Amino acid sequence: MLEVSGLVKHFGGVKAVDGIDFTVQAGEIFGLIGPNGSGKSTTVNLVCGVFAPTAGTIRIEGRDITRLQPHGRVAAGIARTFQNIRLFGELTVWENLWVADNRQGGIRRWLASGQRIRSEMGEILEFAGLAHRRDTLAGALSFGEQRRLELARAVAARPRVLLLDEPAAGMNLEEVEQLRQRILELRARGLTVLLVEHVMELVMGVTDRIAVLNFGRKIAEGTPSQIQNDPLVREAYLGVNEEADAAH
Amino acid sequence: MDFYAGLAQVIGIHTLLGLSAYCVLLTGQVSIAQAGFFAIGAYTAGVMTVIGDAHILTAIVTGAAAAGVVAALIGFPALRVRGLMLVVATVAFGEAVRLLFFNFTWRVEKDGVMVGPTGTEGFRQIRYFPENGWSTLDVTLLIWAVTALVLAALWWMDRSRAGAVLRATGADELAAQSVGVSITAVKVSAMAIGGVIAGLGGGLYAHVTTHIEHAQFGVMLATFAIAYPILGGLSSVFGTVLAVIFVQGFLIEGLRFMGDWRNLLFGALIVLAMNLRPSGLLDAQGLRVLGNLFKRKERGHA
Repeated sequence: MLEVSGLVKHFGGVKAVDGIDFTVQAGEIFGLIGPNGSGKSTTVNLVCGVFAPTAGTIRIEGRDITRLQPHGRVAAGIARTFQNIRLFGELTVWENLWVADNRQGGIRRWLASGQRIRSEMGEILEFAGLAHRRDTLAGALSFGEQRRLELARAVAARPRVLLLDEPAAGMNLEEVEQLRQRILELRARGLTVLLVEHVMELVMGVTDRIAVLNFGRKIAEGTPSQIQNDPLVREAYLGVNEEADAAH
Repeated sequence: MDFYAGLAQVIGIHTLLGLSAYCVLLTGQVSIAQAGFFAIGAYTAGVMTVIGDAHILTAIVTGAAAAGVVAALIGFPALRVRGLMLVVATVAFGEAVRLLFFNFTWRVEKDGVMVGPTGTEGFRQIRYFPENGWSTLDVTLLIWAVTALVLAALWWMDRSRAGAVLRATGADELAAQSVGVSITAVKVSAMAIGGVIAGLGGGLYAHVTTHIEHAQFGVMLATFAIAYPILGGLSSVFGTVLAVIFVQGFLIEGLRFMGDWRNLLFGALIVLAMNLRPSGLLDAQGLRVLGNLFKRKERGHA
């Protein structure tokens, strides 16, 4: 579904991403984890087209989208959420979704009156638990609601691959569990999910496979249980050299 | 009576100028080029009626189209700069247009008289209205018909999805792009629509004053254009109308009795107005109050 190969991004002399390959299968929930500064966010921004890669290709359903602009990638089937919430605070909840509703429909849909597509967006609001907040300004929502609206807005763009950039940051355990249910529901509806996350309760509890990044490279890939027992991953996360540990 | 008709004409034309800046401002672009588009509309429409013997509506529409095309062309390089750099770039464009008309001469003999734009002397004798027997009232009605049409179109656009997309682009370009909005298309369209509206205003202005010259289209006019929507607030098109009435009707005409003190008070009152209503004369809350008033009336009738 989503195929990243030989992805490289240098910022001046900093090799933020230094040759990453991974493939997300259709209908899969794929985790991308790694310590701070390992290149996760840069990878997300490369896949979404915020940055142009130094080298490498990104394909979706076999189609090369490496050179497409961000909005072109949405049309190709990728939508994302942001690590630091980026809603349109001066627009209402409903208008935030409306902006994202980009399906082809020509000038008539572009100028369509609100009422006609309200029901379609209403379903997404229901899913995000925001139906009662439809006419509230996005900037006036609570933190948890803003996170949910970001997810809803990405879904409203009708992607086939959904990129979630640290969606659980700042959430309590109950909210993380709700998020986990929502991600599973999206997958059940046929979406492929790429989840970049620090919160291990979420990553380990929802993903099918995980790739681990460190210093801009992939150091491991496998199922959650394989990753949890991988010595390289433990070293990257805990900073522990197992041999030295054993010598004590 | 003539005084009030004249004031109504000025308010109508300046409303068009303010609205042209309004729709560009919605996308987060501060453009000081609107006076340039206004000038292009004025000169094009003037040449059409004086040299081309065109009907006034044909002339005004052609002037608006010319301004719109130039604005769209300006929209592309303007995409690469933002904030203060865009202000500087658009000021430069506006001055370039003004200097173009400073040097623009196209003299044609009509009934034994030389007419047409004459460089530094300006473009005199744009006498379509008096020659065709239009009264002051007719002209005022034409101006307000055009203004009302533009107001209605923008009001409708604001409430459609296009309005949400323009505002979203102005609020956060990266977020807008990542839900599939083409920033290029949105910004260039807003610039072109702004150009068309400014061009309409310019075409009317040329025929109302009958005499235009480069100095009228300088940075001062461009500053007024951008000040109206900022002063009025970006919540709705009516904020801009309110700001034009406040500035042209109250500050400029209403305070005329103050003589030389007027200009001093003018500045002070604008600062005061912006301090008392920081998000515009007519902000979102003001609109809600007005909306509730209307709703209550409707309920009363039912």
